[in-house]
Amino acid sequence: MTFGQRLRRLWRQASYWLREYYVSPYRRETARSLRRQEDLFMLLVYSEALGIPNPVSFYTLELQPVLYENFHEWHLRMGMPKSPLEGFKCC
Amino acid sequence: MPAILLVIVGLLVFYLGWRFYSRFIADKIYRLAPGFKTPAHELEDGVDYVPTNRYVLWGHHFTSVAGAAPVVGPAIAVIWGWVPAFLWVILGTVFFAGVHDFGALWASVRHKGRSVGIFTEEIIGRRAKNVFTIVIFLTLLMVNAVFAVVIAKLMITVTSAVAPTWIVVGVAPIIGWLIYKKNAGLFWPTFAGIIILYVFIALGPDIPIHLPASVLGLAPGSQWIILLFIYCAVASLLPVWLLLQPRDYINGIQLVIALGIFYAAVFIYHPKVVAPAFNAHVPAGTPPLIPLLFVTIACGAISGFHGLVASGTSSKQLDKETDARFVGYLGAVGEGGLALVAILATTAGFATLHDWKAAYTTFAGGAIHSYVEGGARIIDGGLGLPHSIGANLLTVMLALFAATTMDTSVRLQRYIIQEWGQTYRIRPLTHPVTATLLAVGACMLLAFGAGGAAGTGGMIIWPLFGTTNQLLAALTLVVISILLLKYGRPVWYTILPMLFLLGMTVSALLYQLWGFYKKGNSFLVVMDLLILIASIWVVLEAGSAFWKARAETRAGAPAP
Repeated sequence: MTFGQRLRRLWRQASYWLREYYVSPYRRETARSLRRQEDLFMLLVYSEALGIPNPVSFYTLELQPVLYENFHEWHLRMGMPKSPLEGFKCC
Repeated sequence: MPAILLVIVGLLVFYLGWRFYSRFIADKIYRLAPGFKTPAHELEDGVDYVPTNRYVLWGHHFTSVAGAAPVVGPAIAVIWGWVPAFLWVILGTVFFAGVHDFGALWASVRHKGRSVGIFTEEIIGRRAKNVFTIVIFLTLLMVNAVFAVVIAKLMITVTSAVAPTWIVVGVAPIIGWLIYKKNAGLFWPTFAGIIILYVFIALGPDIPIHLPASVLGLAPGSQWIILLFIYCAVASLLPVWLLLQPRDYINGIQLVIALGIFYAAVFIYHPKVVAPAFNAHVPAGTPPLIPLLFVTIACGAISGFHGLVASGTSSKQLDKETDARFVGYLGAVGEGGLALVAILATTAGFATLHDWKAAYTTFAGGAIHSYVEGGARIIDGGLGLPHSIGANLLTVMLALFAATTMDTSVRLQRYIIQEWGQTYRIRPLTHPVTATLLAVGACMLLAFGAGGAAGTGGMIIWPLFGTTNQLLAALTLVVISILLLKYGRPVWYTILPMLFLLGMTVSALLYQLWGFYKKGNSFLVVMDLLILIASIWVVLEAGSAFWKARAETRAGAPAP
């Protein structure tokens, strides 16, 4: 291994440690707040189907199929053991 | 007595403790298994449970447990002479803190990475878990009140450190914003943040900041305390990526730099220890060495707070069970190294014994000033850094640490209050703002209630803070011992430190109770009584759980 390669390897390792040192203590908090945002977004997208009037349903409607994969986990997190929607039978 | 000798002996004892005692504990007592599937692998979710490189994990475990306490405690305790403080720090680290921190990490790994307060219910029972929550809350309350006063004192005595300390709070959100919102890499924001901090440390003497002599009848000390609590309340409510995360990060890096500078200065300058080995002429009003030494130095010798960090976050990220020895034991050793800095600065940072005595005229009175001035003198002598800049460097290190601990513990207190709100169905308590205001209000009540309008309660209650911290450590050792008993393993290595800590804590509480009563400080009498009741509760719980576990073991309960 040449000196340059060694330097590059050392730099990569140092960058990895620095990044981990920055990220890992707050990984949990960040992921949780991200999940809270996503949960709210799911509510906005599926609000019309849940009976909550949504003035922008024209736009959110086309997102429903995209987010359908996450729907099951979302309704479980929201404390609903079974799917609250008639049309979506995920479980 | 050359200070270098203290460094060499201290580091040598730490090394021997790590090399032999921690290995003995790992092999014979905790019996770490390389093949054990840790919670980080078993429950890996990319959020809470993430296998992490042991060096990285040690880095943030150490910076999470390191705070202002391992500096302030020893700085106060050298009033009895350097030998007692030095011995308690090195022996406490090797035989108490190392075993405790390592044990909390191991026990948590064996309980799916849950926090020690939670698996206590499983090992001992619900009542013990309740004592745990109460003691944790009391410790956090004390931490906030004490550290607010420490920072306020620093901001008043070293006015040149005000700007560099607070510039970090200004720079951190910019770093957080660049990293999270602009996807900037880590190197340049880090580099710029550190450079700005050190430029302000260097410029500090030219831009001293004083608060007005009186605002609404409040002295500068009280104004600082109020400002600090406002800051803590805001910081604990802001998203973590915006302030706490970049601020902790910059803080960790500057700690490594400051420690490097200090130890390099000690080796180059090799100052002499001028403080007496045993101080036979302590100032009037100084409490007796036994038991007060063991509660005055909590962090740096043994601290219950470490158990919370070890079992709360570190255990969920441990890649292999055998890494527990590296992360837990060496985390305690790192804290001991920080306490050694404080002992060196406050015993070898003076030209003569006369100067030292002039600094230590009251118990807990001149400790912080001595640490700053003594440390700055050593840095000046070793590296030629002007005294004012050295003093700034050490003040910023201490103030940032105290502030980091404060806003983290206000956040933790808020979580506890919200949890109480949920458990007892008190809806307003579940709201983050109400819970934060309550947490901050309780701490301010303590800071001002203990010390009057000047808000100097923190320093009066420093040993009281130590007692709650040691009580927490004793409680964690009880849980580890009972777990060991259930597994059919030797328990003396955890039981003896626990008995010692409980004995010292209860005696210190009784001594202080009498002192507060004589002074007519009914607020502190009540606080002391509260902690004493919690201590007695811990003793009873420990006794009952121990006999029950022993009876079960003798009856032939299966051991894993």
